[in-house]
Amino acid sequence: MDQFLQNRPCGGRYSDIIEAIGHTPLVELKRLSPKPGVRIYAKLESYNPTGSVKDRVARSMIEDAEERGLIRPGQTILEPTSGNTGISLAMICSRKGYPIKVVMPDNVTEERTQLLKMYGAEIVYSPGEQGSNGAVAMALEMAAADSSYYMPYQYGNEANPRAHYEGTAVEILDELDEVTAFVGGLGTGGTLMGNGRRLKEANPDTLLVAAEPMQGELVQGLRSLEDGFIPPIIDLSLLDRKIFVSNRDAVVWTKKLLAEEGLFVGVSSGAIARVAVRVASELDEGNVVFLVADDGWKYLSSGVYTKPIEELEESLETASFW
Amino acid sequence: MSTVKIPPVLRSSTGGEKEVPADGSNVGEVLRQLATAHPDTERQLFQEDGSLNRYVNVYLNDEDVRVLDGLDTPVKESDTLVILPAMAGG
Repeated sequence: MDQFLQNRPCGGRYSDIIEAIGHTPLVELKRLSPKPGVRIYAKLESYNPTGSVKDRVARSMIEDAEERGLIRPGQTILEPTSGNTGISLAMICSRKGYPIKVVMPDNVTEERTQLLKMYGAEIVYSPGEQGSNGAVAMALEMAAADSSYYMPYQYGNEANPRAHYEGTAVEILDELDEVTAFVGGLGTGGTLMGNGRRLKEANPDTLLVAAEPMQGELVQGLRSLEDGFIPPIIDLSLLDRKIFVSNRDAVVWTKKLLAEEGLFVGVSSGAIARVAVRVASELDEGNVVFLVADDGWKYLSSGVYTKPIEELEESLETASFW
Repeated sequence: MSTVKIPPVLRSSTGGEKEVPADGSNVGEVLRQLATAHPDTERQLFQEDGSLNRYVNVYLNDEDVRVLDGLDTPVKESDTLVILPAMAGG
């Protein structure tokens, strides 16, 4: 029996669901490995309480704000999100008694709306054609107009990467003697900056690779390139490579993870896996770790897991999966 | 000639074209040639000192050139440059 329970006999015992955030499994994907000697591992952040990595970030941001006296009891939290951060914040805020309002593009999957409402969040929709940039702009305007809100602002809040620096990366280092490359999705930059700094402290040669969505190709509603947005927490000089992945490729690889490795994960994870396998194929040996940001439940309505790619092509033009 | 893919937000400056050819041995030369051929793109692509607008991402095939050699990144004839606005995630 012990040979199958190499690390811990169970996931641990916790006094509250918030305490159970993190401590996620690291699973080797033997079929995706391009060559002997190069191992690919998926860190399954889908195992967090609301099903995504953002549980770590939301907990870190709220607890940091509480410790620094930035939130009053019962104060309303306001945050722009493409979904996952809002859902995580909603769960944590409902436990802690903070009302929450999230600003989200209107073209995300229906499941995100349901999950937010389920955890008690009020939703304000921003125009989908402006992508996440539109949600950020709208939320900033709302916060400027009403000082009663507290906005964690995941894009500029150091508690975001710190959740990974102190949590995710430490868990990875506990399980592996050596991390040759770490591949993460580039959204707010928290995953890459936090994990990158901690992993490179342990081994400066660890490659830090960003997989990013081609949002800018799909988004029709920007007025000019001046409407671009770069999260303040991102330090590009920490990255070794930054590679974009089309929606189509992300979906192909999400289906591949399911078919070949039995992983039911969100579409961003397919994109990240694609880049992880490419990085792995360029190595002679080593461990490539990539982060699975969320599970697939909230994307079921998109048909990604059940329809052939040819049937999905048109919907992929405007879908928002990150 | 390499190919430059134009994002929706910039197409009104290239006469509606989604892809334009451009010459140059590195990313900087290709983008400057694009700006010469389509002057309305210049102030969106470049800052006053000639550096790339910080809200613009340029990819050599699918890799961000800022993480390679920036505007000095070499470009081959078969390469495609993709211009995209920087977008938030999360």
